[in-house]
Amino acid sequence: MSVNPDLVNLVFEPTPSYVVGREKVREFARAVMAFDPLHHDVSYARNLGFADVVAPPTFPVVIQEATLHQLLAHPEATIDFSRVVHGDQKFDYQRLVVAGDELVGQLTVTKVQSLGGHSMVTSETAMSTLEGELVVTAVSTLVVRAGEDAA
Amino acid sequence: MSGTPWSTFSVGDEVANETIYLTRESLVRYAGASGDFNPIHYRDDVAQSVGLDGVLAHGMLTMGLAIAPVTSWLAGKAMVTSYQVRFTKPVYVPVTGSAGVTVSVTLHSLGEAPEESATLALRVTNDEGATVLGKAIAVVSTL
Repeated sequence: MSVNPDLVNLVFEPTPSYVVGREKVREFARAVMAFDPLHHDVSYARNLGFADVVAPPTFPVVIQEATLHQLLAHPEATIDFSRVVHGDQKFDYQRLVVAGDELVGQLTVTKVQSLGGHSMVTSETAMSTLEGELVVTAVSTLVVRAGEDAA
Repeated sequence: MSGTPWSTFSVGDEVANETIYLTRESLVRYAGASGDFNPIHYRDDVAQSVGLDGVLAHGMLTMGLAIAPVTSWLAGKAMVTSYQVRFTKPVYVPVTGSAGVTVSVTLHSLGEAPEESATLALRVTNDEGATVLGKAIAVVSTL
């Protein structure tokens, strides 16, 4: 089943806020083998002018993920989760995310395309502080593979 | 000023090169850290049932580890202001042993103000030399 094209411009409710924890930053950094002291050493990060340890560039996916779940669960979306493949991913940063940030994510569907039975859904998740400061935008294209059993 | 991390390089130069080895433990660790518990990243039977050859690394793990050498190279003097990839090929991770992912970062171009920004191209390949992340580009800017 192809993805409902009427989803374009759909804006979801902002997610509950996510508090970026210092140990979560360190755990995520170890998981992506990012051993730069910027992610681990508080005094190193502070000497560079940051409030606390700095999250690795792909850390915001943790918040984006929550917004993608909203999209996949949307009753009108008709997206078969078992056929979803991640196609493209992009982050644009206004500033670096640091431990202590409290962020909300809000997803907008920007494009729905069909290509030879496959559907592609592009969405943009804006992550902002509770005061409304935009920190990072994540753009993701999910490919929903054609609805026949994979080889 | 003492110069940007890229001021001593020319366009086309490689600025970082690293090979990272992924094991099943790496995938479990990333699943826990990221909250992405899709079983195709730890169960062969589930992966095979959806037409995959076996357990594969999370695309976002590959994207995440590919930028780590850039952060180290920037050494706190600049930040990544934009980072994008296309997931072109799965990285299969065997039950025993490991799968290598090689990241080669080159200086692609200088910004309009070369003292402020530059664009890096990332070539990310598997053990067979095939590209696993296409169109992998990072823009970096001084702090």
